[in-house]
This record gives sequence, C-alpha cells and structure tokens, in this order.
Amino acid sequence: LYGGQFSSEQEIHVNSPFWILSIPSEEMARGLMKRTVCAKSIFELWGHGRSAGELYESLKNYPTDKMLPYLQSDSTYKIHIHTFNKTLTQAQKIKKIDALEFLPFKGKVNLKTPEHIFWILEDYGMNPNDVPEEPIHLYFGRWIADGQRELIESYSVKKRHFIGNTSMDACLSFIMANHARVKPNDIVYDPFVGTGGLLISSAHFGAYVCGTDIDYNTIHGLGKASRKNQKWRGPDENIRANLRQYGLEKYYLDALVADFSRPIWRKGMLFDAIITDPPYGIREAPRRMGSQKETVKSAEKSTENHFFISSSYHLSDIFFDLLKFGAEYLVMGGRLVYWLPIYRPEYTEEIIPRHPCLKLISNCEQMLSSHTSRRLITMEKVKEFKDQDENSYLLDGQYLPYRGHNSFREKYFSGVTKRIAKEEKDNQK
Amino acid sequence: MKLLTHNLLSSHVPGLRPGGGFPLRIEVREGKCEGRDPPETPPVPAPPSPLRGRGRLVEIPLLPFSLPPEPLPDYEANEEFLRRLHHVLLEVEVLEGSLQCPDSGRRFPISRGVPNMLLTEEEA
Repeated sequence: LYGGQFSSEQEIHVNSPFWILSIPSEEMARGLMKRTVCAKSIFELWGHGRSAGELYESLKNYPTDKMLPYLQSDSTYKIHIHTFNKTLTQAQKIKKIDALEFLPFKGKVNLKTPEHIFWILEDYGMNPNDVPEEPIHLYFGRWIADGQRELIESYSVKKRHFIGNTSMDACLSFIMANHARVKPNDIVYDPFVGTGGLLISSAHFGAYVCGTDIDYNTIHGLGKASRKNQKWRGPDENIRANLRQYGLEKYYLDALVADFSRPIWRKGMLFDAIITDPPYGIREAPRRMGSQKETVKSAEKSTENHFFISSSYHLSDIFFDLLKFGAEYLVMGGRLVYWLPIYRPEYTEEIIPRHPCLKLISNCEQMLSSHTSRRLITMEKVKEFKDQDENSYLLDGQYLPYRGHNSFREKYFSGVTKRIAKEEKDNQK
Repeated sequence: MKLLTHNLLSSHVPGLRPGGGFPLRIEVREGKCEGRDPPETPPVPAPPSPLRGRGRLVEIPLLPFSLPPEPLPDYEANEEFLRRLHHVLLEVEVLEGSLQCPDSGRRFPISRGVPNMLLTEEEA
C-alpha cells in the first residue's frame, strides 16, 4: 500500500511479542503503523542482545552518525523502559536507564514533551509462572510510531449503535480492510452486509462503502434486537446511523435489499474491493430467493406488500457466486476478502475455492472450536474476466466438502450430537 | 438511494436482451438534496470523484441543474464539472419512489432510501 517491501530479518519466534523487521524507510514504517491494528509500536532498533552485556556491546557497534541526529544538545529526550512479563520497581528501572550512560546523549531530559523518545524493551518470556531473573532478550531503540490498537476499542461492537447476531469484531474488520488494501476514494462492497460492521473499517480508511443483504428487516433495522436486554430494534438502527456514529456518514453510499445470487449490477469493473463474511449457517441461515414452496424458511411481508420467500443457499454456491462475482466486478488488482468455514479434520489447501482471474494472496486461520475454524481468504484480481466460459474451472469436485445445504452446520454440530447420543446411551444403561 | 448507486444498478428480470435493463428509470415521490447548487457554494477543494471514468451519465428528474449527457473529454481536470458530478452522485438522494426497468417495465420500489431489488418467486 505504501509502495514498498519489507523483510523479516529474524526467524519468527512464534511466542515473542517483539519482531525485528527491515523496512526501507521511516516514512514507510509510519505508513504501516497508520494502518495496522496488530502492532503496538514501532522503533528504530539501535541494538539488541540476549543479555544486558550483549545489548551494550551491540549498541556500541551501532554507527554513531545514525545516532547523532537524535542526540543533539539542543534537543530533548526521554527514555522509557518496558518489560514484558515482569514488573520492575522504579529503582530498578532507573538503574537500567543509567546503565546506558555510555551513549552520547547531549540533549536535555524532558519527561513531558520530549522530541525523541527512546525505549528499552525487555522480554522475560511468555510463561507468567516461570519468570526468569534476567530478561531473555533486550532491545534498545528510538520510538517512531504507535499502531492503531486504540481503534479496536473505539470501534468496539459493544458500543456500536446497530449490531446483529454475527457482527464482526472490530479488530478483525480492520484486518480485513488492510488485507483488501482499502484506500481513500475506493468503492468497497459487501454482498452479505448485514448490519454493516465490515464496512465501518473501510470507511475509516476513506473508502466509499455499499452493501446488499437479502434480509429486508436487517437493512431497514426492523425486528428483534441482537443486543441483550433489548427486545426490538430502535427507530434509527441502520448502517447509515452506524457510520454517522463514527463521523463517517459521508462515506456511506447505499444499502440495498437484494439477492446475491441475482445480477443486480450492470456489467463492468465497479468495485475496488469486496469484503464480506458469508452466512455459513451457524448463527445466520444462508438463503436466497426460492422457487419451492416447501423450503419456506422465512416468509416476510414487507411494507411494499412484496411477498418473498427465501430458500436455502448452498455454501458451495455462495463461494462459487462470490468468486465469479469478484472476478467479474473487481477492478484489476482489486481484492476479495472473505471468511471460509473449515471442518478441520478435512481441511487441505485444495478445498480453497479458486478462480483463474483471482490469485490467492493470503489464507489465515481463526479457530472456532477443536474441529472447526474459519479462514480469512484474500484474493487479488490478476486477469480480465471473459464471459461465462471461465465458470468451468470452478466446478470439479473442489467444492465437495460444501456440497449439500448446511453441510458445514452438520459438521459443526457433529461433536455435540455425538455427545448427546452417548449420554443418552449411558442413561439407558 | 444515491445516484452513484443508481448508475451502477441494472435490472435483472429474467429474459432481458443482452445489455438490457440499464439505465433504470427513476420515479421520485420524495427526494433529498444535500448542500446547494454547486455554482453557489464557496470554492472548497472538491473531493475527488469516485466515478473515475467508469460511469455513464443519465437523465435524472431530480437535478437542480443540467449535466452533459456524457463526461466531458477532459473532465478529470475540470473542477467545476467534478464538483457538480460529486453533488449529483453523492448528495442527491431518492427516499421514496421506484426504479423501473426500461425493458420490462418492472418496478423496484425504494422506501426510506433503500431500493428493494428482490424479485418475487414467480419472476425468478
């Protein structure tokens, strides 16, 4: 997004809260921190080591000309100390800060509004029951920027005006917007918009957002409330009011009542990103317009005396439609980001749906239970969409695990059903 | 419904001729127009138009002023035009009314600003 690559210099320690990256410029580091909700702060690393001695040695080897601009006599500074998994007394902290005397600090200490802030970071491992006497790794560096962790709090679903049963967690919603590389003035679309939680993060980054959902009541903010202790939705519960709550109303385009399996958009590359969480039948039933009377799941009478019937919408068809839609309606380089539910014992890379126009960019897992999880799939459009003939690639057994309506639901609850069956058996004995 | 959205929508009644169903005809019972006629607004920096050359302008009954039927050739540098366009696409809204398919005549109702693009089961 900020036009650069960075690499990890360090082998990733799965359990370390610190990560050393090599980033070409400070500008890029700041850009990165303007977007990420996953990192707390970024520092220019001046030295590190497995013990205090190693750290000092490493600091002495850091080129002085790189340090000096920040140590001028007319500048002000302060030094912080952060210990991970251990609390130090003030005296211990001061001792550690004083030990850095050998660095050529010429500026004045200013604790309130320093120009430069330096941090000592000490890692005492991950186990709170076995905290070592000395840190296992130490770092020293100049503070550059903080990440966007506070967004998680300020956009928390708990405080949001209009929510649904499956509103996306604020943190995940920001991660999705970042995966989709949402930029100012993009148009972002969510075909299963629900209460619009996913659009809020995109609007935060300055994109115009729109969404559709088949549920008339949700789009209009009618019906039963999802919140505890509140029975019915209030008069102004809708996606627009949500964006207004965060001062983002100008990025609201529209919310429509529509069936994703029907082509309501004119042909063309309309959207810069598609971010969505398709219904997979655990807390919200997947559905589309039906043609069989016996599959009446919900018959709702809307104010325009439209009588419509939703029928089941197979998961395999949802993903089929979603990829095809992305391939057709995304701009080149535009991204499709969505969640794919996985029955873990059956998971292999091969079951990730593919399309010749879309390249898989990333695939991350979030555990839901011991046997199910969902994967955040990010795909980028790399090839122009050419009419219907490309559908054929999509078929071929790839979707078998999702064949049959609610197959994921059945698997999700399989553990529970087995347990109930067992208990019943035990009771009979 | 904003007019930008209208510009992206198409009818999807089964059996349309290829390329048919666009543009949908707008019928307005109640509309809303934020801001004023752009020529009167003070010269604030115009937000970049999200249209980016994708759109095709259509005749809209609600407009307080006229727009050329097609984007001007050098419109990306034409601030006056962009400002008008921004106003039309993002500040004019249809609250109550309908969208009518130009080919089949099928009406998609708009209520409280939300178009309902669902078809009944007989139609689908």
